[in-house]
Amino acid sequence: MVDAIKERFGAEFVKAYSFIGQNQIEVKKDRIVEIMMFLRDNTIVPCDYLVDETAVHWPKDEQFEIVYILYSHLKNEHVRMKTRIKEWEPIESVVSVWTTADWLEREVYDMFGVQYANHPNLKRILLPEDWVGFPLRKDYNIRLQDVEWVRKHLGIDSGQKYYVGEARHEDPNYLTPQDERRGS
Amino acid sequence: MGPQHPSTHGVLQVKLKLDGERVIDAECVIGYLHRGVEKLGEAQTYGQWVPTLDRMDYIAAVSNCLGYCETIEKLLGIQAPPRAQYIRVVMTELNRITSHLLWLGTHALDIGAMTVFLYAFREREEILKIFENYCGARLTTHMFRIGGTQYEIYEGFQDQVRAFVKDFPKKVDEYETLLTENRIWISRTRGVGVISAKDAIDLGLTGPALRGSGVEWDIRKAKPYAVYPDFEFDIPVGETGDTYDRYMVRIQEMRQSARIVAQAIEKIPDGPIMAKLSKIIKPPVGDIYHSIEAPKGELGYYIVSDGSTQPYRARVRPPSFVNLQALKKMVAGHMVADVVAIIGTLDIVLGEIDR
Repeated sequence: MVDAIKERFGAEFVKAYSFIGQNQIEVKKDRIVEIMMFLRDNTIVPCDYLVDETAVHWPKDEQFEIVYILYSHLKNEHVRMKTRIKEWEPIESVVSVWTTADWLEREVYDMFGVQYANHPNLKRILLPEDWVGFPLRKDYNIRLQDVEWVRKHLGIDSGQKYYVGEARHEDPNYLTPQDERRGS
Repeated sequence: MGPQHPSTHGVLQVKLKLDGERVIDAECVIGYLHRGVEKLGEAQTYGQWVPTLDRMDYIAAVSNCLGYCETIEKLLGIQAPPRAQYIRVVMTELNRITSHLLWLGTHALDIGAMTVFLYAFREREEILKIFENYCGARLTTHMFRIGGTQYEIYEGFQDQVRAFVKDFPKKVDEYETLLTENRIWISRTRGVGVISAKDAIDLGLTGPALRGSGVEWDIRKAKPYAVYPDFEFDIPVGETGDTYDRYMVRIQEMRQSARIVAQAIEKIPDGPIMAKLSKIIKPPVGDIYHSIEAPKGELGYYIVSDGSTQPYRARVRPPSFVNLQALKKMVAGHMVADVVAIIGTLDIVLGEIDR
């Protein structure tokens, strides 16, 4: 099947490899909807089921890697597709190919801030609607909260010292709570 | 239908667009129980993250643990010793019975049959006593470790499990006597929440919801893990994809689980219960996806490792999250009372949806 993809989408194909027996294909993000439709409709390994769609943030390369895990009921095989986008670059939504992608993409948007073009309902799903910030990014500290939101909706002072936007690499005098306790 | 509601199985808000009593559209609002489990996965080491996972699907906590431990073992390239694997299968199948019993009790309670709730919880108590004797906790068990299990089975374990499995089919017969041929039950569940096999696969449904629509697919048979190939069991499949078929699928699954436990408990081999692992787990660089058949559907873990002691990205593929998307399609045209039945039949647990 890799050959079939290379033949039809040669310009977008990047590489295909296997790690611990799991097959992965990386493609460029242009024409992603066409590639996915081909994966769904081809006769070699028809992937009729989108198992999962998620993202991984690589801040060193300034990229998000969008991972699609597909499964074919007919051939009982998993296929993993990956594509890379730069930060703030939009990517086409695959909702038209598998309806499962609806909420999965909303969650990727919610947690990472990846913009999906042509998504019917791109709103935050797990976090409150007016939350500022994208938690699963690597520059969002684990103790960070949207202090304004907490103050407005819960009426309390959140107690977290660091506001959204103040990330570690921007502030040279950044002290973690452990540093403070140690008194440095 | 707000987050505080006795029948929404947790904090789920469903915004219904109604025409009189008929539902035209439904929108689910979730996220009331979001705790940032995936972010915690990046901050904690591989072993430290396991107790957090129990809190995701808190009804059937053992499966979460099993899925994750198997994923990391696959990444490390080791296998748990046979004795540990048999113990794991016994506990996971008991856990499946637990989850289905709770489902049965609450689903029947939502529709109005209150006796079933009490009967189901009576059986559930027996299993939770076994869990407590084994690892000290009833609900959030943290039973397995990466590489095997921590605790040896206690004296009297096999007798207790054997006694339970001997009695259990009769109890399932009791539940069936109360519900299966019951006119009220049939009229409340037949034809409610129908979803075709094609729609189910397109929407990503898995687990008993998919099998109720006629697709015979179970990860224990399709991509076997642990020692499931050693056991004989059937996969119950429904026909029409309505609530009644999903109910029958889950009842039969309980019987099949009891069958697996009865086989497994006789076959536990001797040997060590933990594989040889270094204390600090540093998997090779790369990513892996592994899924198991949790009671709710396909529970998958996608772990990206960068060679250090903490995962770079730990993603959980929750079955209830993906199953709940089907609610929109299933409730169109039904009445408000049916919405309650449909939420029940999808068997969702908000801890898993929101993580």
